[in-house]
Amino acid sequence: MELWYSLVSLLPFEWAQPGTMYFMKHALLAVLVISPLFGILSTMVVHSRMSFFSDALGHSAFTGMAIGAICGFNEPTWAAVIFALLFALLFNLVRRRSALASDTVIGVFSSTAVALGIFLSTLGGRSFTKFNNLLIGDILSVEPAKIGLLAVILLLVVLLWAVSFNQLMLSAVHPALADSRGVKVFWQETVFSMAIAVVVTLSMTWVGLLVINSLLVLPGAAARNIARNMWQYHLLSLVGAVAAGVAGLMTSYYIGASAGAAITLYLAGWFLVTFLLRKKG
Amino acid sequence: MRKIKHGKLAAGCADACCLKLEGLSVRLQGDSILEDVSFHLHCGEIVALIGPNGAGKSSLFRSILGQMPYKGSITFSPAGGPAIRLADGAVTGGKRPLVGYVPQAPSFDRGDPVSVLDFFTAATAKWPVWLPVPKKQRERAAACLARVHGEDLLDKPMGALSGGQLQRVLLALALEPVPHILILDEPLSGVDIEGEHQLLEMLDELRTQYDLSIFLSTHDFATLGQFADKVILLNKKVLRAGPPGEVLSSPEFYETFHLHMGKGGEG
Repeated sequence: MELWYSLVSLLPFEWAQPGTMYFMKHALLAVLVISPLFGILSTMVVHSRMSFFSDALGHSAFTGMAIGAICGFNEPTWAAVIFALLFALLFNLVRRRSALASDTVIGVFSSTAVALGIFLSTLGGRSFTKFNNLLIGDILSVEPAKIGLLAVILLLVVLLWAVSFNQLMLSAVHPALADSRGVKVFWQETVFSMAIAVVVTLSMTWVGLLVINSLLVLPGAAARNIARNMWQYHLLSLVGAVAAGVAGLMTSYYIGASAGAAITLYLAGWFLVTFLLRKKG
Repeated sequence: MRKIKHGKLAAGCADACCLKLEGLSVRLQGDSILEDVSFHLHCGEIVALIGPNGAGKSSLFRSILGQMPYKGSITFSPAGGPAIRLADGAVTGGKRPLVGYVPQAPSFDRGDPVSVLDFFTAATAKWPVWLPVPKKQRERAAACLARVHGEDLLDKPMGALSGGQLQRVLLALALEPVPHILILDEPLSGVDIEGEHQLLEMLDELRTQYDLSIFLSTHDFATLGQFADKVILLNKKVLRAGPPGEVLSSPEFYETFHLHMGKGGEG
């Protein structure tokens, strides 16, 4: 962290002066770790049409938090991670076995998870308000240990991408073709959705449940407007996510608004720009 | 159009490689999809599978590919060698045959940011395609596409290809590595007349060059006689199998297609 503090102090901002405003320096580092994470995952969320699924995962993460809180854990986040992993695994199993369309299966899971979460968190007449901060999120509350954890997750996602991205992409393009070339389609999809589950759950506290899915959809969607191959697609998604992340944090600091929402608005602007630049026809 | 006929053997298949399907039956959720299907497929031979929608053509392909449980046996014998069971993992007495598969044209969105090079590299190499593809992989993909005269397609997005171009890319992929058996699911649908002619010419070239067994399904009966050595008429069972002229003039063919359509879709 000392290295980071001295790096930041080179920046010409009032909060970047040595010895002050640690929360803002932490937040900036957190954004620099979280936004590439979402930028990378976003490419395949959009490509394999899983944006509705990642939305449902956000809801299940909240339910996991409620379960964790009821069980009296100090860190309900871990209960939420386990719950989200189970949710992802179960969803993939049901989707594989059932003849229903995948958005129907997601609808079933999503509504069940939300209902369970609300039921558990209001059980015995308790107030829902203590969960309000989860809905909006607060990036300024992030601690160095959590940033370290997120950095490890980022490393793992990059590793997953290096090892199995090709197979994941083939599975999304044509499952039967992928299978004929020896790809284990079910496991590719399951591991990917579990990665989303972990990332969504761990970053929910700082980004906010209501806007977290937009971070998984907008970078990829914007990049898709103009990218013509996978390398451009990833580059544009990543650059868009990081730029919007930093810009959103600055905006929220100087004019005082939720950072998650500001980041999302910047991403929406980025989408508009690429939409206008797209090659028509 | 036909250059060699060595796939057409007078009797027995001891001298040629041969895919044997014997008593193949497939059931799916209680419904019978295929019943007691038996036939042989020799190398250098182009065999066309015809039948109405829902006749079990795709299920037959998926059984050969090992993607579907079945009863009966599917074996492959290399020329003069012992038979190898396909698709049950227990390979004995030789190398497992490679099956190349050209699926029914997958639908790409026009905006899909997947170039032909990305698609090809993802399917044939370990290099993760979210990084710029190195020159070596690029040259390899170009060489494979050259087999189907498609080198110029390398940087095109998959979604921008015409039906015929997409089929050629998928065919190039199925030929890397060169398989023993090549399966094409409806390769002619969505392809214009010129593309169709090109594709059939290419298949004929390939079987001569690599001595492949080519097995394809089609609804285009008009061109069958020009390229197929054998036609199999399938509707759950093999209703008729033989040279194109024979099958297309058979009462079974008439009953399956013509009378059916003549009654205006009734029954």
